[in-house]
Amino acid sequence: MRVTSLIIAAIVLATPVAAQELRGPDQFNSIEDQSERSQALFNEMAKVITHPRCMNCHPVGDLPMQGDEMRPHNPPVVRWNEAGFGPPGLHCSSCHGTENADFVGSEGSIPGHQPWHLPPVSMGWIGLSVGEICAQLKDPERNGNRTLAEIEEHNATDGLVGWAWNPGKGRTPAPGTQEVFGELTKFWIETGAVCPE
Amino acid sequence: MIKFTLNERAVEVDVPGDTPLLWVLRDELGLTGTKFGCGIAQCGACTVHVGGQARRSCVTPISTLDGAAVITIEGLAASAGRDNGELHPVQTAWIEAQAPQCGYCQSGQIMQAAALLAESPEPTDEEISAGMAGNLCRCMAYVRIRQAIKLAAASQSKGNKQ
Repeated sequence: MRVTSLIIAAIVLATPVAAQELRGPDQFNSIEDQSERSQALFNEMAKVITHPRCMNCHPVGDLPMQGDEMRPHNPPVVRWNEAGFGPPGLHCSSCHGTENADFVGSEGSIPGHQPWHLPPVSMGWIGLSVGEICAQLKDPERNGNRTLAEIEEHNATDGLVGWAWNPGKGRTPAPGTQEVFGELTKFWIETGAVCPE
Repeated sequence: MIKFTLNERAVEVDVPGDTPLLWVLRDELGLTGTKFGCGIAQCGACTVHVGGQARRSCVTPISTLDGAAVITIEGLAASAGRDNGELHPVQTAWIEAQAPQCGYCQSGQIMQAAALLAESPEPTDEEISAGMAGNLCRCMAYVRIRQAIKLAAASQSKGNKQ
């Protein structure tokens, strides 16, 4: 099981960003063992969670990443505090407006959403295994004191999460849709919210 | 038609909604104190205040500013209650420290520094470094810029205590 999970995780992480698809929860009905099905559902969720659109803003340090290649954010802005809106005078909203904005005169765009900020450092994901991210998501001390139901709601409806599927010019969207991501989360919880080993 | 206040005066502009604020300021409204540097929010030369917060005008579509309050370098002093040509404390400190070299980035630097001091009137070195991290200066005048920010902070602190 451990080897299988690691192989799946490795495939998920190694697959080119643009090539990933997101399977719906019904695609996992053939897995009879509920624990294995739950783990498989989370591994599918991990295609979204480990995508640059999500990972870039879940650093374990204070500096966010950017781009499909997950390079360090430039300008070198920092989280500053647990609220994650940046230091005094230079909030994320100094550049990131209420909506994506295409550059004028050059390629690309600057992403935007209201609000735009980093999560607390306890929610950092970069460098963690899929299993470690899963354990963190379930831990109220590291997930913003959320219940599993609140995690499902967050994944299914949060606007900033949803931005991952509408990231603007020059960025690859997260796989699938937020609706499918929410459904995967729902069925992962209903099957016991088991984490991959 | 987009309506907002610019340096505390009501303005209306009739331009495509995706026009950056920077273009509107310079080409439509004739305020050229705000500079074009990179056009992609990498240098800070175009910094203005929107709702009292620093904002990169080169990546701010005008359509997002309906009803907003915009302050540029031309209106910074007046927005802080200065009149009759009196400068904002940050501008005064900039002159005292002789911060600029070529000067191109300085209106953005001053607007960013003013936003920093509005939130943190006596900033630490760490706060200055973090708050000014998005403003580049090709002349490398960073040491004098930091000195000017500290001078402005001291000046404002002294003024508040009097």
